Amino acid sequence: MVVLNLWREDALRESLKRLARQLSEAYGPSGHEDEVRDTIKREMETCADEIKVDALGNLHCTLKSDSGSKVLLAAHMDEVGVVVTHIGDDGYLRFSNVGGADPEVLLGQSVVFGDGTVGVVGAETEKMAEGRRKFLEHLAPRSMFIDIGSRSRDEAGRRVRVGDVAVYRREFSDLGARFSGKALDDRVGCAILVVLARALRERGILKNELNLVFTVQEEVGVRGATTSSYAIYPDLAIAVDVTRTGDTPKSERMAVSLGKGVAVKVRDSRMVADPGIVRLLVETAERCGIPYQMEVLERGSTDASAIQLARSGVRTGALSIPCRYVHSPCQVSDWDDVGCCLDLLGNVLSSPLEF
Amino acid sequence: MCDLGDDRRVFIGAEGSALAELSEARGISGQEGEVRQILARSLRGRVKELWGDSIGNLLARAGGGGGKRVMLAAHMDEVGLVISRIEKSGFLRFAKVGGIDDRVLGSKAVLVGKDKVYGVIGTKPVHLQEAAERKRPFRADELLIDIGAKSKEEAEKLVRPGDMATFDVRFESFSDEVVKGKALDDRAGCAVLLEIMKAQWQGVEVVGAFTSQEEIGVRGARVAAFALEPTAAIVVEATLCSDTPGTDPHEECTRLGDGPVITLMDRGVIADRAMVEELVETAEKEGIPYQFRRTTAGGNDAASIHLSREGVRTAVVSVPCRYIHSPVSVMSVTDAENCLRLLIAYLRRVEAGECLRI
Repeated sequence: MVVLNLWREDALRESLKRLARQLSEAYGPSGHEDEVRDTIKREMETCADEIKVDALGNLHCTLKSDSGSKVLLAAHMDEVGVVVTHIGDDGYLRFSNVGGADPEVLLGQSVVFGDGTVGVVGAETEKMAEGRRKFLEHLAPRSMFIDIGSRSRDEAGRRVRVGDVAVYRREFSDLGARFSGKALDDRVGCAILVVLARALRERGILKNELNLVFTVQEEVGVRGATTSSYAIYPDLAIAVDVTRTGDTPKSERMAVSLGKGVAVKVRDSRMVADPGIVRLLVETAERCGIPYQMEVLERGSTDASAIQLARSGVRTGALSIPCRYVHSPCQVSDWDDVGCCLDLLGNVLSSPLEF
Repeated sequence: MCDLGDDRRVFIGAEGSALAELSEARGISGQEGEVRQILARSLRGRVKELWGDSIGNLLARAGGGGGKRVMLAAHMDEVGLVISRIEKSGFLRFAKVGGIDDRVLGSKAVLVGKDKVYGVIGTKPVHLQEAAERKRPFRADELLIDIGAKSKEEAEKLVRPGDMATFDVRFESFSDEVVKGKALDDRAGCAVLLEIMKAQWQGVEVVGAFTSQEEIGVRGARVAAFALEPTAAIVVEATLCSDTPGTDPHEECTRLGDGPVITLMDRGVIADRAMVEELVETAEKEGIPYQFRRTTAGGNDAASIHLSREGVRTAVVSVPCRYIHSPVSVMSVTDAENCLRLLIAYLRRVEAGECLRI
C-alpha cells in the first residue's frame, strides 16, 4: 500500500500556505461569509463535480467516486466578530459580539468592516477611578464602543449601518515553523480541505465520494453544519477545525501541543467521536508514520457535534489543528501539524472505506 | 398604500377587539387551549385548511400557487406560573413557566386553573420586615399564592398541581395609540397573523403557524417547520422595548411608536439578509415607518425554524413591547397596524414575484 506524502511536495505546500494566508486575511464573520465562500468556490471549480450554495449559505462541493463510502468533510468559513447595534449621536458605534469574542481581548483592538472601514475598540473608563480591577470587572460589550473617527452620527452613518459586522484587523504572519493570524479558526481547516480535494482529484486517487461542506455560522451555534448534514446525510463525517493547546506557560491543563502532529479528537464538550473513526485515523497515522496526538477538549466544540445528530445519526469524528489563543486576533499554529492533517486525510481517503 | 380594510380598529385598538380578547385569554406554554380555540373560531371557514398537530400548534393554509410557501409564525403561549404543590396551609407553591424576573411577582393577582380561581402572590408586610429583608427582593421559590383556602383539603377542591396561574390583568387603552395588557408577547403577533390569514392570497401559499411552547424552548415552531417545509418564514413577535427614562440610548433596543421592528441578529438567528433588504425596501416604498432591533439579546421561534431540515430563509418582524414578560405590558396600536401593513405589502410583492425570487 502506497503511503501518500503530500506535505513534502514543495508546490503543494506553497499553495496551501498561500491559501491559508489569503483565507485568514479575508473578511467573513458569521452570517457574512461571502468573500470567503467566493474565494473557496473559485479554488474548487477545477476539481469539484458539483458545487452549490444552500439556503443558509453553506458551500457544498461534491467529488464523485464509484468506490468506497459517502464521506462528509466539514470546515467552517466564519470567524468571530462584532455587530453594530446602535450609532450614537456622538458618532461612536455600540456593538454586541458575534460568536466568542471576549471583551478583554477586544479592548484596544483594531477592527475592520466589510467595506474596509477601520475602527478601534474602546470602553467606558469612569470605573477606572475606582481602580483598574473594578474597571475590568465591569468590562462588557454594553460598556464598550467602536471609534471609527466620526465626529457625529451623520458622519458615522455615511460609512456604517446598524447590523454591519466588523472583524479583527490583522495581517497574516509566517513565523517560519509556525504562523499567526486572525481566524486560523477555521480558515486553516478550509485551506486544508481545498488542497486535499485538488490533490486527490489530480492524482486520480480518490476512492470515496467526497462531500466537502464549507459551513456558515459555526461560531454562533454550529448552524450551517446542522442543516447541511441533514441534506447530505453521509456514511461518515470528519470535521476539520482547530483546538486549544496546553503548551503555553502555566496554561489550563490540556494535552495537545503545537508541533506534536494533527490532533485526533476523542471527545469535546458536546461530542464523543465515533470510536471506529478514531481507530481508523489512529491506525492510518501509525501505518503511514504521521505524527498525531489524542485530543480531549473540555471547553468547546465543533461542527462535528451537530453533524453527529443529523436525522437518524451520522458516524462522526474530527481532526484538529492545534492552535494557541483561539478567538483572539493573533492565533498561532504549526505548519507541520497542518501537513500531518493533510497527509492523514489523504491516506485515509485514497483507500475505499467501508462504513 | 396598503389598505387594512374597515375593521382596522376592531383588530387592534378597542376593548372588545381581537387583540383584547387574545390578551385576556389564558394560555401558558403547553396549555394554550383557550387561545387556540379563539383563533380557530376566527379562522374556520375563512382559510383553505385549518388543523392542529401533536404538540398543540394551530396551522392554517391560505392561497396557493407561485411555487412558494411562506410560513408565518406567532406563538400562542404566554409566560406565567404553574402550581407545583399545595401546602398543608392551603397556600400554593408555584414554578415559573418562561423567563420571568422574580421581582415582578410579589403582590400580583393571579387566576388559577380552568375555573379561574382568584389568588394573590402575597409578600411579608413591610412593617414586619427587618432592614436587611427590605433590601432583598423575594425569590420565586419563597413566594406563595393565597387563594383564601384554610387547608390543603379546602384548596384541593378548587385547584390541582399542574394548573396554570396567569396574571389577572385587563386589556385597556391609555389613549387612541397606546394599550396595556398581559401577554402582548405574543398575542399581538397572533392578532396580526390572524388578519394576514383572513386576507385573500393567490400566487403564493401562506401558512400561518400559531405555535405552542415558544417561551420554554421554541418547541412548537420546530415541529411545525419540519412538517410544513416552507420556502421561507417570517416570525411575527413582540419584542424588547426599553425606551424609558434613565436608559442609555444604546440600550433601548427599540422605541415605542417608531414602527415595526426588523431583526438583524438575535441569540437564536441571523436573519436572512436578502429578506431584510426586501422588507426595508417594502417599508420605504409604502411609506411605512420601521426600525431595526438594536440588540442581539433574546430569541424566538426563528431559532428553530431556520435550522429545519436543509435550512429555511427566515426573518423576524416585531411590535415593540415595553415591560415584556411582566404582568402588564404596553404597546402602540400604530406599531401593530404598521406591522400588519408591512407584512401584507411584503407578501403582495412575493405574490407579484418581486420578493423571495427563487
